[in-house]
Amino acid sequence: MPSYVALTYTRDVDWTAPEQAAEMQEYRDFGRDAEAVIRGGAALYPTQTATTVRVTGGKGGDVVIGDGPYAETKEALTGFYLLECDSLDEAIRHAAAIPAAWNGVVEVRPTVPTLM
Amino acid sequence: MTATDAGGTDPAGALAALLVAERRRVLATVIRLTGDLALAEDAVQDAAISALETWRRLGVPPNPRAWLTLAAKRRVIDLLRREGARPNKEREAIILAVQRAPDETPPGIVRDDQLRLIFTCCHPALAQEAQVALSLHVLCGLSVAEVARALLVSEATMAKRLTRARRKIADAGIRYRVPDAGELPGRLGAVATTVFLLFTEGYASRSADAPALVSARPESSVPPGSQAPPGSAALPPPTAPSGPPGASVAEEAIRLGRLLVELMPGEPVLEGLLATMLLQHSRLRARFDGDGDIVLLADQDRSLWDRSRVAEGIELAASAIRGSSIRPERFAVTAAIAACHALAADAATTDWDAIIAWYDVLLALDPSPVVRLNRAAALAESGDPAAALAVVDRIGGLDDYFWFHATRAELLRRLGRHPEAGAAALVARELTGSAAQLRLLDRRHPS
Repeated sequence: MPSYVALTYTRDVDWTAPEQAAEMQEYRDFGRDAEAVIRGGAALYPTQTATTVRVTGGKGGDVVIGDGPYAETKEALTGFYLLECDSLDEAIRHAAAIPAAWNGVVEVRPTVPTLM
Repeated sequence: MTATDAGGTDPAGALAALLVAERRRVLATVIRLTGDLALAEDAVQDAAISALETWRRLGVPPNPRAWLTLAAKRRVIDLLRREGARPNKEREAIILAVQRAPDETPPGIVRDDQLRLIFTCCHPALAQEAQVALSLHVLCGLSVAEVARALLVSEATMAKRLTRARRKIADAGIRYRVPDAGELPGRLGAVATTVFLLFTEGYASRSADAPALVSARPESSVPPGSQAPPGSAALPPPTAPSGPPGASVAEEAIRLGRLLVELMPGEPVLEGLLATMLLQHSRLRARFDGDGDIVLLADQDRSLWDRSRVAEGIELAASAIRGSSIRPERFAVTAAIAACHALAADAATTDWDAIIAWYDVLLALDPSPVVRLNRAAALAESGDPAAALAVVDRIGGLDDYFWFHATRAELLRRLGRHPEAGAAALVARELTGSAAQLRLLDRRHPS
């Protein structure tokens, strides 16, 4: 069974803030409705909490830690779901029910199957 | 059996005819069985090559399509056993499906196979240009080189584009299926848009709009049914024996439109699509004069219009409008506009009010600058160039569009504002994509 991630890109929000309660409820509703196909996922803290990690000079080189996202963008990665769907069409159908689809955009990507 | 058993049938000719008429059907069946577009394409291609060899030795079989289908199925199994990439379980499942398939596919499934193939090639998750390329290659059977020529890109670019599209279909899990009722309206619209894009690409590559075109020729200069010289290749090209590559793209689009109407009768969007294409294409021979110069609709010799296509187009347009709900399909409306033109004996007796009214409907569905420009042109033809110019001057977003400036120049000329007309023509001149467009400006706005 192929898997997809649905990456939600919306304005950068703090999901823990009280004013997000109503929207969080919408996400919980989606989570309940799509329970059968959701295999995982998370809401992400805002982009200011992001840390970039880079190793310079190839493997084993210096670890360079950076703060935050690369650039201020209008739409930030704010969460993701792992969906187990039979086809892209099915994944699209579920993605269209994620609130981010009307508050921003949802990117659906197939995952490479683990070769086991 | 000996070669004489073939009753004098030429194997290469029989194969070429079979590929034109049935290749898509055979391919569609093999894709259903394998679920793999690239594998099915390879198998059908190899089967065609072996058909030519075998038929030359043993004669053309009584049922060439069944022969080709069987050969393609056997080839699938060969190819699968040879390639190592696929998990064993999947490989065995495909082989089993291929072996178990009946020799003759029931008609209902043949229909669905073809629809599945069309909906896969026109899946909205594929880039529009990939959909167009796939449609020409997979649905119409043009070779990669022919598709590249038709769409004015290099063969290497086209090969890459097609490979990327096939990979996306496979990796992203675009399934070979007909959308269900809930998805269907949106997906039908996507199919119609792609087929229409194919149609306009055909126009662009053949006629007035091709860049650096040395001689734009009307289609009438292309002998119908002309083919590659006989004996030029061992294998006949798996394409329709129509005009030179590129010239037949609009015809291919019409053929696809016809197939769609046949497969899903009574769908206003498909009837409207086919009607729009037929009505526009019916004027082809009148769109250029003997020197390859553009003849605008108002000046066209209407006796050159293809009457049978006009009649068919009008009938389909009427059916598309009748079948439409309160909110008509975009293509039903474009068909209605084209039908209004087709019904008029000449430009002067055209029912411009009806055309303007249809443009208002179209604007409600698609409030784009190009539609606004076309509505303004109709307004000018109805006798009010001043009002038309006022509308045109308020349209934004068409600064880089040849016809925007050419239309402005024409309106200004009609209003006697010659210096401004000349200036607008100058801007249009900078944006022209073809020699024919330049000559049109030269004739209208001699400097």
